[in-house]
Amino acid sequence: MDQATPPAGNGSMIKVSVWRSTGPGGVAAGEGRFEAFDVPRQPSQTVLDVVTHIQRHLDPTLTYRFACRVGVCGSCAMVVNGEARWTCRTHVDKVSQDGTLEISPLRNLPVIRDLATDMSEFFDKWARARGQFTGTRTRKDDFAVVSPLSAERQQVDLGIECIGCGVCYSSCDVVEWKPDYLGPAAMNRAWTLVNDTRDQAQRERLAAVAGDAGCHACHTHMTCTERCPKHLPLTSAIAGLKRVTTRALLKGEL
Amino acid sequence: MNARTQAWLWFAQRASAALLGFFVLVHLATMIYAVRSGLSAGEILSRTRGNTPWMLFYAMFVVAVAVHVPIGLRNILAETFAWRGRGLEVAVLAIGVFFLLFGLRAVWAVYAPGAGAL
Repeated sequence: MDQATPPAGNGSMIKVSVWRSTGPGGVAAGEGRFEAFDVPRQPSQTVLDVVTHIQRHLDPTLTYRFACRVGVCGSCAMVVNGEARWTCRTHVDKVSQDGTLEISPLRNLPVIRDLATDMSEFFDKWARARGQFTGTRTRKDDFAVVSPLSAERQQVDLGIECIGCGVCYSSCDVVEWKPDYLGPAAMNRAWTLVNDTRDQAQRERLAAVAGDAGCHACHTHMTCTERCPKHLPLTSAIAGLKRVTTRALLKGEL
Repeated sequence: MNARTQAWLWFAQRASAALLGFFVLVHLATMIYAVRSGLSAGEILSRTRGNTPWMLFYAMFVVAVAVHVPIGLRNILAETFAWRGRGLEVAVLAIGVFFLLFGLRAVWAVYAPGAGAL
């Protein structure tokens, strides 16, 4: 905790700079400026609490997105003091610097307005990475048996808790350099399906995640893994895709 | 260029990197040994001329460089300057051919028994 961060309660305030769009709604992408607000400190205050206070008490036109407030829905990610974070589970105590917060929208995504980004491309890339389960069984068939102890199922367990918040996508340098790059979350989803023994679209999936827009463009910076609020091993998932696609390539199956 | 070819490029760059790791270590060790022993250029040439294992080692070194460098350069140019497409492919291929030809020419000059001064 920063020494200069004001303690909660006792009427102390925190200085907050919030990104505000200045362009017309819907096309505000790069246009905007930071606006300063003073927000009362509260015990166990989260960054989402701060943003909510601003909208409810200081400026009702502030636009942002949230839903569950408990780290499940993945809606409220923003860039806080330079790093993408889930704001509902980020305490002000942990991230404020000299008693200040700077809050801006996620990087690498178009801004709709203020702190709300357009997540369409982020989720379209999940589809492009063949993130859909493709099974063969019908309702007449019995359940597939997948041992929880199998190596494949354990790989799935490592990556299945993604909440789709976009923190990894916002933090990835390769996404910034290559706008068509699928990004860590989409490839983590693909990796969980590569390890799903019931799935029947493996060849198509490996073709979808190979190449310059896929796993082979990852530089293993590991920022996604470091910043993922769910602590998923995203870089390992991408490395797994590199291994499997290379094996397929050498067998002539890619 | 399709994803399959891009995956081959990635594989070729990793494989050439593994070879280069070995080649560079042997090269540096040999250089340091040669300098510490006080060998003159003439004495070095007397050891390299007609030395086929030495020639094969450095010829493979040159080939690994000619494979590795253009692929890495292609990534850097695409990511830093957003240069994509046929122009980029031709440019980095030309750089690869340049390294290959001039590298092999240098190896031949040090290996060939009757080659002139470098």
